[in-house]
Amino acid sequence: MTLKVNLITGRTIDQGVTIENKTSSDYQEATAYCELNSKNLEILGKPGSNVRVKTRYGDVVVKLKENNGNPDSIAFIPMGPWANAVVDPDTRGCGMPGFKGIPAEIEVTKDKILLMKELIARYK
Amino acid sequence: MTTEITDALCPFCGCNCDDITVVVDNNRITGVKHACRVGTAKIMGHHRIETPMMRADKKSEFKKVSYDEAIEGAARMLAMSKRPLLYGWASALCEVHKKGILLAEEMGAIIDNTATVCHGPSTLAVHEKGLPSSTLGQIKNRADVVVFWGSNPVHAHPRHMGRYSVFTKGFFQEKGRRGRKVIVVDVRKTETASMADEFVQVQQGSDYLVISAMRAILSGHADVVPDSAGGVQKEQLVKLVDTLKGAKFCGIFFGMGLTQSISRYKNIDNAISLTTELNSFTKCVIMPMRGHYNVAGFGQVCSWETGFATAVDFARGAPYYNPGETAANDLLMRKETDAAMIIAGDAGAHFPADSVRHLAKIPVVQIDPYWNATTEVSNIVIPVAVCGIEVEGTAYRMDGVSLRYRKMIEPTLSTDVEVLERITERVKELRGV
Repeated sequence: MTLKVNLITGRTIDQGVTIENKTSSDYQEATAYCELNSKNLEILGKPGSNVRVKTRYGDVVVKLKENNGNPDSIAFIPMGPWANAVVDPDTRGCGMPGFKGIPAEIEVTKDKILLMKELIARYK
Repeated sequence: MTTEITDALCPFCGCNCDDITVVVDNNRITGVKHACRVGTAKIMGHHRIETPMMRADKKSEFKKVSYDEAIEGAARMLAMSKRPLLYGWASALCEVHKKGILLAEEMGAIIDNTATVCHGPSTLAVHEKGLPSSTLGQIKNRADVVVFWGSNPVHAHPRHMGRYSVFTKGFFQEKGRRGRKVIVVDVRKTETASMADEFVQVQQGSDYLVISAMRAILSGHADVVPDSAGGVQKEQLVKLVDTLKGAKFCGIFFGMGLTQSISRYKNIDNAISLTTELNSFTKCVIMPMRGHYNVAGFGQVCSWETGFATAVDFARGAPYYNPGETAANDLLMRKETDAAMIIAGDAGAHFPADSVRHLAKIPVVQIDPYWNATTEVSNIVIPVAVCGIEVEGTAYRMDGVSLRYRKMIEPTLSTDVEVLERITERVKELRGV
């Protein structure tokens, strides 16, 4: 089952707490996830499942989380390397890439979440 | 011997809280009082890079080297570059920024800071419209209506509401929270929205439309506003405008919800116009919620040294500025940069994949206390002391107030300033200047 969403990224307090400790599992725990409301989440599976988030700019595996503050079809990934694997690089002529409002598809996967080191190694 | 440093400044977010107590035992920080979770984590410290490192091939492991070797390697890398980018700066003090700008000028480089992925668009909007703003002290003492638009301070600026804007008592706001009306405008019902008196839920990417509708209502043209704009009912917008007009002192704080969504700087441009127009009815100010504790300081130093706040290109021999052309991500995605120095910022973690892909292909030197995603794409890594904790100097709070940071403990590694001075001297020698 694939869910079509509008993806936004942003800060969270746990992302801030671990931002200077990016090789830690705490940082991965704080940033390598995707939040959906319970209605959207039920379509895919259970909280804690791994999901693949795909956009026209890339794809990334993150953990599924529930947040009922999200309206329908809005997915949220905390800012960081996992989110930035799929954001829109176009700066629209003002220097700022598209970190919010990216059309994305989400599907459950058995693939594992890459460590930060492994994720960046994909770019080498 | 254990000592307590009182009224220390927090070197994390743009709140620059100046009431922190730090417990120091034998040059080691053992406790932090009054700071939020984020500030406490930064001050207590994390695992550090202990020694300079180098590698020729980015797929191989780093080898430990001396500062002399790393600085020589960095200087050679930068001196050979035709289009170097010096990026980061937000977690460093103004004294570091000054040295960085000198190095950029020396090499004809481009210098850009983390505002490029944060409030860079706000700077563009300020060029167009100015910034009717205030200090956070004025907010604390006077604001009776506080708006957070596309901003979630509970997560990103945890003590903002407590110290400056919502819960604190002020000279003309002796009731504290009970005397202030808090409005949150956001796509998601965030924790900040849950604490607000009113939550205005906008459709993602519709902020410009909502602000335009509010300006129409404010100027007496509610008749042209449809029943719903950007997902918000007209009735709620009319009520919102009435609340803002009726304020004695209104403070609007905005974040990435405006700068990073589709209309980018035009969202801010429109919000500044709304603020200006509200001043025909009452006192209203607007302020960006700056992320890092001294991202604003880089804008100040770069402005007084070059005339521009960020994304400055020295290739022509004189400062040139045109974000969209000279901002870090534009350069990386055009594959124009042929070497990069990343300092006090983590492009590897916070740039889109396409930019990081180019960084992974070109020579990169990193100057930073911590191992992060940029380390993974670097050839040379130079660890430094932590500014604001082990190094004293000046930083600018989100409202443009400059604050002097004292050292909490003595550094055991070189400072950013020492490293930049040595690289600059060596680059001059190599270039035959």
